[in-house]
Formats: sequence, C-alpha cells, structure tokens
Amino acid sequence: MPTQGEANVDCVDFVELVTDFLDGAMPQEQERRFVEHLAECSGCERYLDQYRQTIATTGELTPDHISDDARQHLLAAFKGWQRQ
Amino acid sequence: MAGAHELPPDEVLVQRLRSGDEEAFALVLDTWSGGMLRLASSFVSTKASAEEAVQDTWLAVIKGIGDFEGRSSLKTWVYRILVRTAKTRGTKESRTVPFTSLLPEEAEATVDASRFRSPGERYAGHWAVGQEPRPWHLPEDHVLRGEVRELIAEALDDLPPRLRAVLTLRDVEGYGSQEVCSLLEISPGNQRVLLHRARAMLRSRLDAYASSPDDAHAGGGERGLR
Repeated sequence: MPTQGEANVDCVDFVELVTDFLDGAMPQEQERRFVEHLAECSGCERYLDQYRQTIATTGELTPDHISDDARQHLLAAFKGWQRQ
Repeated sequence: MAGAHELPPDEVLVQRLRSGDEEAFALVLDTWSGGMLRLASSFVSTKASAEEAVQDTWLAVIKGIGDFEGRSSLKTWVYRILVRTAKTRGTKESRTVPFTSLLPEEAEATVDASRFRSPGERYAGHWAVGQEPRPWHLPEDHVLRGEVRELIAEALDDLPPRLRAVLTLRDVEGYGSQEVCSLLEISPGNQRVLLHRARAMLRSRLDAYASSPDDAHAGGGERGLR
C-alpha cells in the first residue's frame, strides 16, 4: 500500500481507501490519485458505487424493538419516579 | 436512518421529560431503544442481556434527567450511559470489547489478494481477469427491498462485536466520525479501519445476493450501477 503521495493508487489500494475517501479523511495528494484512478477504472468505479449502495441500504434498517414487557415496565417507572 | 419521526428540539424535550410528560418519554423510548439494543448487543453476550442494559440505561435516564447539562445532545448523553452500562455488564460476562488497539486480523486487507494481479505480473495490483466487481441488480420493488434489508440485518448480527458497534453507530444511526470516536473512546484512524472492514463484509453479502452470473449480462447489465 502506498504510504505518501509518491505511489500510484492501484485497484488493490483503492478498495482499502474507500472509507477514507467517503469520510474526506485523505491527504490531498492521495485523494487526487484516488480520483484519477476512479476516472479510469470501471471495476473500481463499480466497487465504490456498491459501497455507497451498501451504506444506503444499511441506513434503511428498521430498528429492533425492546419487548413489550420492558416497554411497559419503563413507562411505569417513569410515571412512578415523577410522582415521588 | 433511525429517527424517522421528528423529535422536538432537545430544550423542549428535556423540559417535557423533567415535568413528567409521559408522552414525551414514550416518544424517546420508542425512537431510540431499537438503536440502543443494537449497540448494547456489541458489548454483552445475549439479546436478553442487551435488553437489560437498555432498561438499566433508561432507569438511569429517568433518575438522572435533572442532572443533564446540555453539553452534548440528549441522545449522545443517553448513549454514553448505555455504553458505560453495557460495558460493565460485558465485563461481568467476561465479554469485554476493548477498542484501544486493533487486532491483527482487523488490519488485514478487506478484499482477497487473489482477486488482483500479483506483483511482477503485468498491471500488478489491478483486478485480475474476471475478478472485477460484477454489476448488481438490487430490487426496487417494495417487498423485495424488505428482503434486502433482512439480509443486511442478518449480516450485521454476524459481524464481530467491535465492527458491529462502529457500523451500527455510523451507518444505522447516522452518527458522525467524531461522535463515534468519543462514544467508544477510539482513535479516528482505528474507527475508520473497523468501519471499512464492517462495510466490506456487508458489501460482499450483498454482492452474493445481487451480482448476476456472467451469462446473465445480456439485458441491461448496467442497471445495478446507479
């Protein structure tokens, strides 16, 4: 994996840098090379796009629920505490 | 993202909770408990234990709402209590999730090296022939979208705990990097390594579901791209 600005971004590097890129956490020079690679490599463009779709789908998850018993217990606890 | 129904701003919410507004309490309870349950389960060993951690947290919130100083958002304050409560539980169950350093396997490559041309080969480091990512065909149909979400939910449950904690906060709850680092007491760099790994694992589960076999490319192969 390239350390400083010198080395090129190849596919094998690209796939490990996607989260840094999406977080805007890359050094400027590395980001430039990342974008250059993206522009020329359809495989990596697709990989990045699939990452975005994965993140979007994860964001659609409907929340788990606590059990009804626990919920009733907590609502009663709130009521009880306020009365004290 | 969680929190589809709008909650009132913190000042209003805190005021209502302090004055014993049961409707306001039910609202935060119902809006946040799901995400809390997911987060708690990264620290403890069973779903039941996670639910108890969430309950204990709410009891502490009920008692402590008078002490809330507004230095963070109310939700972050509640989540801090949850992380503390769940960690204590996890320690008792000998299931600690220290975040201070990365495990060696967490720093490994997220895509198998065999998918790239090896060093010395022509175009070393590029996708090997036939190993480029295949197009996806994710359904847009409402019912099938549910199926995809179900798949992601299962994949999320299967993640190692530390990965699950970070991914839950970032991608399910929509927290920013800074807040996650502060909640879990982890460096930004390590947080990104864990997040990246977790996302890569979820991506490959989706890939197995949504990528078409090579011979099915004929019609509209680009559909999954945008």
